[in-house]
Amino acid sequence: MPKDQGIGASSKRREDVRFLTGTGNYTDDINLVNQTYAHFLRSDVAHGTINSIDASAAEAMEGVVKVFTAKDFEGVGGIPCGWQVTDREGNPMQEPKHPILAEGKVRHVGDPIAVVIAESPELARDAAEAVEVDITELPAVIDMKAACAEGATKVHDDLTSNLCYDWGFVEENRDAVDQAIKNAAHVTTLELTNNRLVANPMEPRVAVGDYNRANDEHTLYTTSQNPHVIRLLMGAFVLGIPEHKLRVVAPDVGGGFGTKIFHYAEEAFVTFAAKALNRPVKWTCSRSEAFISDAHGRDHVTKIELALDADNKFTAIRTETYANMGAYLSTFAPSVPTWLHGTLMAGNYTTPLIYVNVKAVFTNTVPVDAYRGAGRPEATFQLERVVDKAARELGMDPAELRRLNFIKPDQFPYETPVAVAYDTGNYDATLDKALELTDYAGFDTRAAESKANGKMRGFGIAHYIEACGIAPSNLVGQLGARAGLYESATVRVNATGSIAVMTGSHSHGQGHETTFAQVVADMIGIDESQVDIVHGDTSKTPMGMGTYGSRSIAVGGSAMVRAAEKVINKAKKIAAHLMEAADADIELKDGQFSVAGTDKSVAWGDVCLAAYVPHNYPLEEIEPGLEETAFYDPANFTYPSGAYFCEVEVDPGTGKIDILGFTAADDFGNVINPMIVEGQVHGGLAQGLGQAMLENCVYDDNGQLLSGSYMDYAMPRAHDLPNFTVDHSCQTPCTHNPLGVKGCGEAGAIGSPPALVNAVIDALHRGGYPVEHIDMPLSPSRVWNAMQSVK
Amino acid sequence: MQLTDSRDIQADRATVWAALLSPEVLQTCVPGCKEMSGTPEEGFEATVVQKVGPVKATFKGAVSFSEMVEGQALTLTGDGKGGAAGFAKGGAKVNLEDLPDGGTRLTYEVEAKVGGKLAQLGSRIIDGFAKKMADQFFENFQNAVEGPAEDSDAAEGAEPEAAEKKGWFKKVLGA
Repeated sequence: MPKDQGIGASSKRREDVRFLTGTGNYTDDINLVNQTYAHFLRSDVAHGTINSIDASAAEAMEGVVKVFTAKDFEGVGGIPCGWQVTDREGNPMQEPKHPILAEGKVRHVGDPIAVVIAESPELARDAAEAVEVDITELPAVIDMKAACAEGATKVHDDLTSNLCYDWGFVEENRDAVDQAIKNAAHVTTLELTNNRLVANPMEPRVAVGDYNRANDEHTLYTTSQNPHVIRLLMGAFVLGIPEHKLRVVAPDVGGGFGTKIFHYAEEAFVTFAAKALNRPVKWTCSRSEAFISDAHGRDHVTKIELALDADNKFTAIRTETYANMGAYLSTFAPSVPTWLHGTLMAGNYTTPLIYVNVKAVFTNTVPVDAYRGAGRPEATFQLERVVDKAARELGMDPAELRRLNFIKPDQFPYETPVAVAYDTGNYDATLDKALELTDYAGFDTRAAESKANGKMRGFGIAHYIEACGIAPSNLVGQLGARAGLYESATVRVNATGSIAVMTGSHSHGQGHETTFAQVVADMIGIDESQVDIVHGDTSKTPMGMGTYGSRSIAVGGSAMVRAAEKVINKAKKIAAHLMEAADADIELKDGQFSVAGTDKSVAWGDVCLAAYVPHNYPLEEIEPGLEETAFYDPANFTYPSGAYFCEVEVDPGTGKIDILGFTAADDFGNVINPMIVEGQVHGGLAQGLGQAMLENCVYDDNGQLLSGSYMDYAMPRAHDLPNFTVDHSCQTPCTHNPLGVKGCGEAGAIGSPPALVNAVIDALHRGGYPVEHIDMPLSPSRVWNAMQSVK
Repeated sequence: MQLTDSRDIQADRATVWAALLSPEVLQTCVPGCKEMSGTPEEGFEATVVQKVGPVKATFKGAVSFSEMVEGQALTLTGDGKGGAAGFAKGGAKVNLEDLPDGGTRLTYEVEAKVGGKLAQLGSRIIDGFAKKMADQFFENFQNAVEGPAEDSDAAEGAEPEAAEKKGWFKKVLGA
């Protein structure tokens, strides 16, 4: 019987009542008295020198309050980067200044030059047209390899080159890897691109700045995944506002996918301008503006070599990757192609020697940062593509080559050669589960049917491992993170027994209000409706690091469990007093405290009331009240894994792909709410398959964004996707967090692109087109052209 | 994008050359041109209203001549700022050569570049748009020099006086 409450129950998402009835409270729903509106005038050239800005005509227009330019920000800090990567020589990365508004030069289409503040958004937009900006256009650097060439135009004149860093990992293994590749019985090589993406959350970014002169307090309402991080970065590094005078609120947020992690210039701007004008300032991003101002994702160009011995065991992996940083370093950009990518190159396999080289490059494009999966999809894609190619070259079944090289269940905990240690996993189990769910054995019959219908059918396999629950603070500190990565929670019990949990995690669609309540309700044995989850406001929640990297339940959930345990321990003492028993004999079950071995009991609500009305209470031993806070710093990452199978049909006449079936057999450890987990996997698969088939961000040679609207940037739609088969019955619980959970938010986006591409390549081979690789997105024209190239 | 095309104009080279340098002709010929002022030597200031796919904008910009070889060749360059719509830049290299029948063959190579919202929203249609603009410009130019082909069968065929029909530019010149 499935449970209808608590851990393991598919409780309905309580937040959907407001989301589905139009009663959510998003940042754009916040309107303050005497509010003004900001419009950002952005560069329409990719690279240029600003000769002059004349805002006098705009400022003279009716309804215009003020026009801000860089000169208004003299003495104000730039936008900081939150992670420092050290290069192969041990030197820190090159870190350019990132001003709030362009100073002297513009460096990408969309770089903000000036901001018009007016009484309405329309007046601000109109007045922006009257701002005269004289820019001398300079040659733009767009292609990463060209940007690294001798004599290339520099994005930042004060840096020595366009190379942010040249990173080697693990540098000490370099020679051994070279040697292993030289001595290998077989080496499979693949060059590929991980296409640049635009995150496109349903809600574009919005920021509202407010300032209260009476108490010198600033408030920023913003579409953020981590309000405390924004408060810290903006308060301490940009505007110099002490944290007790700065409140950051991220109310309902309509999707983030990574791009709302980062601290953006617009947030600092509205906060600054609200004080300068002594009026609230609101900025609402349009969809077109989002394309040129939200941080983009992916954009790696990689060469990978996989060495195998005569028994088809993997002996070494060597990769060389160019990773696009864009024009400035976004908050976590340097960490994505390095510590979130290189450390995952072992995948599910026992490869003993790995060397990853990453060159991060500045170009005249929008900054690139974490996007659903962040580094792990890039690692998984190249690894699973090269393993598939190796299987074909060796004439092996791709599932069997993987199985032969899997880390086996008895090898855990497993130390990889790329610094991480997997605590648990069972890769054979997820492979077997996926095989069972897809009728792998019946594929040949189905392929014959497709052939009879003039179509080519293919089957693609991908395995993934990911590192979630970022992360042990002492570890990431060594790796260059400029923040800790714990999480916090306060469990506040009210006098009548209901509970408010203040979490440092942030929900922007994930369903924390439901899942987190299930955990606390389950621990105490009360109804879920008695627990509310509060998040997204620095004035209400303890210092928290926010939500990204599938960390909420693993880190935020663990903090909440620790705080709830403290509450329960204290409540047991109160119960012991009320029942005149020893603390150690008190048991809590189904909301009742009882004395072991007796029929004495007292209800949860009565204990809570005693804590707040302490008439009969051990005041000399414990304080009144029932509220506890915990901070949880994880001991390790968590390592979800899974087997993803994709079955496609390709039309040889047009190159069009139809996904006929997609199976995801995941190991997420323990699962709190299976329905929500399934929803997360569905969303991840849609985004991963969107990347693999449809989405692509394209710049021309001059740095103009050509795919800047939904006319040219193809988002996945329901009809592009099959009915997914999703299973998470293979569970190897995490060994180091109290819930045994691993995280499920990004898995779908990580494992699905290689599964789809492998399936299409398989279909083409079976159809007589020996195509080795097609870069994503696999649009009909790319598939068809690849077919013609081998005809 | 780049494109090359040519037109045969029923007028001698000197007439075609003079027409190319005329501000009035230029204003008539630039599609969507609302205002133009200036001289061939100093360049022209122009205001042009155009719709590129979903983006309609008023472009303010400059048109200038360069690489002028009297009676033979010149390069026409335009550079317009469309405010929120972004910018458009374009150029046409024009070459003139005599035709055996006394007419002139005008060959043009057009290059166009857009930026900002025009590129963001209109990239897929920009090539077609530039070709249409160029074709329209030289069509207008031909009409200005020759006069409109009121009856094209007649113009090309039997009646020799049809070829004598003057465009307004020729009338102005009294040629």
